[in-house]
Amino acid sequence: MLQVQHLHKAYAARQVVSDVSFSAEPGQIIGLLGPNGAGKTTTVSMICGLTAPDQGSVLLSGQRIDTDDSAVKRKVGFVPQDIALYEGLSALGNLEIFGALYGLKGAQLRQSSLAALELVGLADRARDKPDTFSGGMKRRLNIACALVHDPDILLLDEPTVGIDPQSRNAIFDNLETLKARGKTMVYTTHYMEEAERLCDRIVIMDHGKVIANDTLAGLYRQLPVSATLEIDVDGEVDIAMLKQLAGVKTAAQENGRLVVGVDSLSTSASTVLAWLAAGSHRVMRISSGRANLETLFLALTGRQLRD
Amino acid sequence: MNAFLALVKKDLILYFSNKRALIITLAAPIVIAAFFGSLFGNSDKKPTRVPIAIVDQDKSPIAKQVIAGMKEDSALNVLELDEAEALTQVQKGKVRAAVVLPPKFGELAGRAMFSANAKPEVKIHFDPTQSIALAMVRGMLSQHVMKAVTQSMMGTGGTKMIAGVRADVLASNDIPTDARKDLLTLFDSVERVQQSSTTATSSNKAAGRSFDIPFKTVTVEATGNVERKYNSYAHSFGGMTVQFLLFMGIDVGIGLLLMRRMGLWKRLRAAPVSRALLLGSTVASGTITALLLMCGIFAVAIAVFGVRIEGSIIGFVGNMIAFALLAASFGLLIAAIGKTPEATRGLAIFATLLMVMLGGAWVPSFLFPEWLQTASLANPARWAVDGFDAMTWRGLGLEAAVAPIGAMLGFSALFTVIAIWRFSWEE
Repeated sequence: MLQVQHLHKAYAARQVVSDVSFSAEPGQIIGLLGPNGAGKTTTVSMICGLTAPDQGSVLLSGQRIDTDDSAVKRKVGFVPQDIALYEGLSALGNLEIFGALYGLKGAQLRQSSLAALELVGLADRARDKPDTFSGGMKRRLNIACALVHDPDILLLDEPTVGIDPQSRNAIFDNLETLKARGKTMVYTTHYMEEAERLCDRIVIMDHGKVIANDTLAGLYRQLPVSATLEIDVDGEVDIAMLKQLAGVKTAAQENGRLVVGVDSLSTSASTVLAWLAAGSHRVMRISSGRANLETLFLALTGRQLRD
Repeated sequence: MNAFLALVKKDLILYFSNKRALIITLAAPIVIAAFFGSLFGNSDKKPTRVPIAIVDQDKSPIAKQVIAGMKEDSALNVLELDEAEALTQVQKGKVRAAVVLPPKFGELAGRAMFSANAKPEVKIHFDPTQSIALAMVRGMLSQHVMKAVTQSMMGTGGTKMIAGVRADVLASNDIPTDARKDLLTLFDSVERVQQSSTTATSSNKAAGRSFDIPFKTVTVEATGNVERKYNSYAHSFGGMTVQFLLFMGIDVGIGLLLMRRMGLWKRLRAAPVSRALLLGSTVASGTITALLLMCGIFAVAIAVFGVRIEGSIIGFVGNMIAFALLAASFGLLIAAIGKTPEATRGLAIFATLLMVMLGGAWVPSFLFPEWLQTASLANPARWAVDGFDAMTWRGLGLEAAVAPIGAMLGFSALFTVIAIWRFSWEE
């Protein structure tokens, strides 16, 4: 079990993580969701011992990571945000070097390396160097390097950045396989869809703080609206006036796009459009959708998740 | 231990699998050392003659004898030209200097030896970029002029000269009576020698009796093996090995900075390995790489350029190991104080070039001013170069390797301590 307790971290006067706490059970995927700069990567760095917290603690099966060569670290696998591979070594060579760092050797090292390659679907490319791989294959190998020593806990820092949907789905399949094997995973992302698809529990972060921590169903229950309207309009809209319209719960405008949270699309959409027309705002595009985590983030912070 | 060996093995595979980079790393010091070695030349080759021009405006027998003597000199390559052409040749850099023997040079030079008469003025045009040649030309000229003038004075052609000098002495009111008397006695003696020379010339018994340089020189190279000629490649290979292995050290440091940028360092740090193991494996792999490169470079130096380890082989190997460790710890230092790979590379190359220049890798440090020779003892490259010189062409024993090895190990320890102190472990 992973327990993250009251983590704090500041660089000079800038507080990047403030009182972050959550826990994860075996077989659970915890999503750390937030925009860039929310403190997700720093939190993961503190969990795997790369960064010392100013306050708070991380317990892995009840034990702290107290030294660099702490045995507890053997229980953790870390997938960095960057593709961290040795381009001059083969895929198998990469796995063997990282496996050796976790104490594997001989036949066990070879077996574990091949098994990790098998899991991510790269067994047939074991002897090839990563510079011959596609972006998606490199990402999968990046994950395999963290799996070679069969960790109990896997920390994944935005592991799908910059890859195509097919490769992303392949990675999701791999992670679901690992979940079925009882691995605990902490998955940082700023893609709401990824968190919604994969995670049992989602910790939403902003400006270093946890602003929501619940299951997906629980977060949906916190949604203040049932649907959203996204409207591209010209000119600045008076948000305060807009929020006073009947059925309008939330509203924000950024880069010309107006995002309005409403109770009911059927009754509120026409009200909003009529109000915009009365204000001489020209509507260039309109779309609607079911409220989601983006809506929740907007309601909690007044900003959009992908800012 | 398993993790340590795995990291060292990984570094070695990555370094030596890049064939193109490896060939360049090996070829660059060899090519440049070969160039420097050939430039400074080996003593078994004929020395390069210094090209000079000589202008004879006198046409006297003495002037002709001076020119003939200089032409025969193995240190000079003499061209006889008129003054305008000689000056042009100097300006073009074709000759180092042009010596102008003025009208009446022979007559005035002889008489000026014993009287206060005006000395002939010999003009020397010289190339300011080759000013070191001026002293040499001046010395050669003095030697050949003295020889020609004294031979002329003692020989049959000197009668007229002595008569002229005698007239000058008699006419001069500045010479004290006793001194005048001594000089006239000397001239009488010289005339007797001239007469005997005339007699001897006819019988070919005393030909060549004259003043000459009263000694001859025998040169012996102070190298390790008296039976072996000095090999200038020994110093240049030592120097270039030091330079390019420090460059390899820079690569080690830049490699660490790049690993940090790529996220690989995070991955290594997340593993259950100590900081000492991570940095230690980097130093170990860097040391082994440097040693293997040195073996390659010196193998070529020995096989192709005739470089020999005239001194202690144990001392030479010790010097190699100590310098390999120094190069690797230098890389660690660069990684610790560098911020970005790009900015660090430029600064590190500049610092390395300064170190090797002031360490005597390009030109031997004994050519430096004394204060710089002393100051350069604080430069680890100086100790490395001195160590290789001592064990190769100087042919010194193991005791001469102790100080360089000790200094290099000391610098390695210092670099490592600073690196550990300055290394940024936080991500």
